[in-house]
Amino acid sequence: MVWNFRSDLPIYSQLIEQIKLGIVSGSFLPGERLASVRDMAMEAGVNPNTMQRALQELEREGMVYSQRTSGRFVTDDMRVIGHAKQRFAEEQIRSFLTAMEKLGYTRGEILTMLEEKETEHDNT
Amino acid sequence: MTILECRELSKRFGAVQALDSVNLNIEPGRVIGLLGPNGSGKTTLLKLANGLLTPTGGEILIDGEAPGKRSRSLVSYLPDKPYLAEWMKVRQLLDFFEDFYADFDRDRAMEMLLRLNIGEDMRIKEMSKGTREKTQLILVMSRKAKLYLLDEPIGGVDPATRDYILDTIIRNYNPEAAVVISTHLIADVEQVLDDVIFIDKGRIVLQSSVDEIRGEKNMSVDQYFREVFRC
Repeated sequence: MVWNFRSDLPIYSQLIEQIKLGIVSGSFLPGERLASVRDMAMEAGVNPNTMQRALQELEREGMVYSQRTSGRFVTDDMRVIGHAKQRFAEEQIRSFLTAMEKLGYTRGEILTMLEEKETEHDNT
Repeated sequence: MTILECRELSKRFGAVQALDSVNLNIEPGRVIGLLGPNGSGKTTLLKLANGLLTPTGGEILIDGEAPGKRSRSLVSYLPDKPYLAEWMKVRQLLDFFEDFYADFDRDRAMEMLLRLNIGEDMRIKEMSKGTREKTQLILVMSRKAKLYLLDEPIGGVDPATRDYILDTIIRNYNPEAAVVISTHLIADVEQVLDDVIFIDKGRIVLQSSVDEIRGEKNMSVDQYFREVFRC
């Protein structure tokens, strides 16, 4: 997994987003055991306390869970993963629409363009 | 439980006020960046913590006591200048550290050195600058100390060596110990820090967590530092 950090947001919140994205996109599989906090921190090149904080937050959200003796695991609840995925998708659509509206396109025009793109795709 | 405490700590060199009424508390389990421009007092503060200098005012306490025999067993210090004898072999260095420090873990040091292909028979003078820096850091981090004071551990090394050094600091993270990293290369260390201390002209101008700064200012610590210290 490749870790990238923006400079204008707290690192822990970016860790949360990136791990979540890893879960919904399959970089982390449902039910998979996660590496130790220290190893994950080393891989991402971040402070272990920050990684710990991010994982605790993900636990609160139900994306990962801890088992006292055997470590931390990705949730195997597909509903939770599905919801998270949907939120990412909505966010993508929102930012796409904002960008297109900034360029001066109306919703109708955007829809037409998308449909044209889709048929173009079918033909190739 | 505070591992390092400064109360109204001051240090004057002749006409120069190197540190001016510094108040500071450092807790175990944190990785702290001591950040400031050149000549701001970083090295002076670390030397005071090691008992290499004595305060002209106020006090500095390591685990509740002034620096002395006991504090030397708690503090592992990486000076800003090379200090290992040129003629020494790695084996002699390991002996040296083992003799001086009861908390030195020789096996751990050896394991880290071997991973870098630094053999016991290698002499300091045969090493490149980057290899020397890595060797020094490995020795310092192989002690089971309560407080690690690293003065410019990444100054003047290439990016791969810098990554190795930061990796080593994370790998050795211990919730019962504090790590203080003094540097002006903020962008490079920012991600491994819990907290930062900004120091300027001998005064502490800010003590905060990295994520607080990023969350409140919407900029990186590096960007914020440039704003605070704009010339």
